[in-house]
Amino acid sequence: MNEVTIDVERMARRYGTRWALADVTFHVPPATVMMVAGRNGAGKSTLFRVLSTAIRPDRGSVRIGGFDAVRQREDVRRIVALLSHQNYLYEALTAKENLQVVADHLGAGRERVMPLLETVGLAARADDVISTFSAGMRKRLSFARVLLQDPRIVLLDEPYGALDPPGFDLVDQVIADLKRGGATILMATHQWERGAQMSDVALVLDQGRVVWQGPAAEALQYEPRATGGAR
Amino acid sequence: MLGAAIRKELLLQWRTRGQMMAVFVFGAASLLLFSFAIGPNALALRTFSGGFLWLALLLSSTLTLSESFHAEMENRAMEGLLLLPSDPRALYYAKAIANWLQLTLLGVALVPVMVVLYDAGTTRLLTLLLIIVLGAAGLSAPGTLYAAMTAQLKAKQTLLPLLLFPLIVPALLASVKATSLVILGDAMGEAKSWLILLGAFDLIYWSMCGLLYGRVVEE
Repeated sequence: MNEVTIDVERMARRYGTRWALADVTFHVPPATVMMVAGRNGAGKSTLFRVLSTAIRPDRGSVRIGGFDAVRQREDVRRIVALLSHQNYLYEALTAKENLQVVADHLGAGRERVMPLLETVGLAARADDVISTFSAGMRKRLSFARVLLQDPRIVLLDEPYGALDPPGFDLVDQVIADLKRGGATILMATHQWERGAQMSDVALVLDQGRVVWQGPAAEALQYEPRATGGAR
Repeated sequence: MLGAAIRKELLLQWRTRGQMMAVFVFGAASLLLFSFAIGPNALALRTFSGGFLWLALLLSSTLTLSESFHAEMENRAMEGLLLLPSDPRALYYAKAIANWLQLTLLGVALVPVMVVLYDAGTTRLLTLLLIIVLGAAGLSAPGTLYAAMTAQLKAKQTLLPLLLFPLIVPALLASVKATSLVILGDAMGEAKSWLILLGAFDLIYWSMCGLLYGRVVEE
């Protein structure tokens, strides 16, 4: 089994003529929590979409757990789970059915679904269609979806977004549990203080470029200035 | 994997079954309007009934096919499945089979409407069912592929029929000819040839579209 490292080398990605990421280089060792910080439009979500193989980089190399993110997508997808802004849920299905669909596709047992719903505090609403759910409840269900995948690399894009204070604690607990299990975690968040407390290292993006990386505790001193794409 | 994907498709169709009723009403209304265009000419109505049945099914199919990707695009649910990882071909065949089933049911449901409006009854019901099954397969395979292609576009309602209709002309022609022969009489046994042709088109569409689907939905 390859080590669950992330290696990104001079990676760039553009939308049309605008470079959303440019010359991005970093390394994440195994069982590390990395906070990815930056203002709106800095390129955090694009970075996560590239790392999850949802989109391809236009330049550079991306290796996840030793696998090439372009040529070995299937292998990467077996070890990576993404908590995205888009929750990947079917509105017409219940919370339980949404997780059962994922379990069926993974070939995992459906018996794991209810315990996971209890973990994220949604067991009482298991049989309700998610079109009746609040944004915070959808986020909790998305977390259950991620956990169902037993990922070795976890990409959490705004994990605290839309959650209430107990939800914040749930996220912290999940991250701590995943780290204890040996998972490598990347977390994009605007909750700098909270994120830095949970993380070992941090990386700051500004206008699609890496402008700072180092120990998470020192990230609080950094203040990115502007928004927009890379030049 | 295919079994899981089919289960999901059928569950989604069951949850949105109200939409299917709306599509049936649309198809039935189309048949009614076509009969107005012909006027009170019983012979002409009966002669063209096969063509009108398939036109109603074709028009209705664009709604069904387009709607089948609505749930996938709402929260980027399909991307979520692809990242699990799932085989795009399994996702395609599950969706195409579910659409095939839905279009077959729609076709069967429209037959009594056609019989009443056009006085176009037949005793060869099993042959008619076979034509509907094969014809629906011919609509479903390329229709599912093109619906996936256009699902993320703003002009999807316009683009889907624009892309789909020229492609399915051979399948449509074979379906119309075979249906007309079943209704009007088939002294020379020609319906079988049209059915073989329809089956051949289905085979090509189902093979090719399954191979192309991955390239359509993955960046």
